[in-house]
Amino acid sequence: MTFIQENFGFLYENFLEITWQSVVMWIIGGLLIFLAIKKQMEPTLLLPIGFGAILVNLPLSGAIGETGALTTLYNAGIANELFPLILFIGIGAMIDFGPLLSNPKLMIFGAAAQFGIFFTLCTASMFFDINDAASIAIIGAADGPTSIVVANKLGSSYLGAITVAAYSYMALVPIIQPPIIKLLTTKKERMIRMPYKSASVSKTTKILFPIIITCIAGFISPESVTLIGFLMFGNLIRECGVLDSLSETAQRVLANLITLFLGITIASQMTAEKFLAVDTLIILGLGFFAFVFDTVGGVLFAKILNLFLKQKINPMIGAAGISAFPMSGRIVHQMGLKEDPSNFLLMHSIGVNVSGQIASVIAGGLILNFFM
Amino acid sequence: MPFVALFEMNAMNFVTNLSYMAKGMLGIFIVMILVMALTYLINFLFKNRNNKQ
Repeated sequence: MTFIQENFGFLYENFLEITWQSVVMWIIGGLLIFLAIKKQMEPTLLLPIGFGAILVNLPLSGAIGETGALTTLYNAGIANELFPLILFIGIGAMIDFGPLLSNPKLMIFGAAAQFGIFFTLCTASMFFDINDAASIAIIGAADGPTSIVVANKLGSSYLGAITVAAYSYMALVPIIQPPIIKLLTTKKERMIRMPYKSASVSKTTKILFPIIITCIAGFISPESVTLIGFLMFGNLIRECGVLDSLSETAQRVLANLITLFLGITIASQMTAEKFLAVDTLIILGLGFFAFVFDTVGGVLFAKILNLFLKQKINPMIGAAGISAFPMSGRIVHQMGLKEDPSNFLLMHSIGVNVSGQIASVIAGGLILNFFM
Repeated sequence: MPFVALFEMNAMNFVTNLSYMAKGMLGIFIVMILVMALTYLINFLFKNRNNKQ
């Protein structure tokens, strides 16, 4: 026995380091991989996060620790917010602001649907200190990079749980939103038609828009200027018309490359001792709460506006103001079609959805202004 | 053990931090209305100019 222990102990001694917490984290990692592959829920992020969760929870994992590769990646790309910001260039290049620019009044719904963020901030502050509460609340931005940047800048120790919650709930938007929308609206309201008048938007407008948004955000909320600036830089590359090759690279290669590293690097924060805590459960609950109240805020705001408007708005489009782009816009459109197959809400809902993208970044900036 | 006993909870913080909710929502509406107004303006200015061209 001693002979085996002395000569072959290296083969099995690490098995003795396995704890039930590690096993739970492998199961969580496996579940994320399952959801990514089988249910196709945000696979680009949930799969690397799931695999990373298994990787970092192997006994004495060399992937983390002072010289671990994931720690190095974390310090190089997440701790200094570089990865989420670069990803924003790609996201900006993917967004077409056309539907919003042709109907600017939709922007107001993007603002209303950020209600969940601030309501969750108050609720989370009952359990966490204010910086952690603000970092948790920003899950309601329904925007991964914004959540990562805000949580990092505010020095939250819950980055792993916050990111997982943000991306998971974004993927679950088709399940979370419809029952809330139905609960808050009548069939008659869901059938309201909104005629779409296609207004042409000049190229100059499309070029000026990202520059103007960046300047406004910079003046009002300097802390958000990098977030909104990188998003709008990506959009400017798309709209300028002379950088098609860069735009394509930003949309595909750059976004994919960063996403590849982002997920697995975030997983470095999902060690059992950090993740398996009552705090994590509360964070997941509060993230859900934020998504629910974003939707409530958007729908109720549209209903309130309807009290004063002659031409009624379909209140469902308010729900598209959360920035989970383009899922939220599509869901509203599909719900409209379900009630009345000839009611096309897509252009309105996508316009509101895009405004939610801008508003959520501004909300992140305001939160940074308050607490930094 | 009741759940709340597992976690410290301070309900008064909710009330104290309502001011952030008010400031945040007001701030975001002001910014979005400003953006909306400027979008109408650039739409108006550059649509006309393009039409003349």
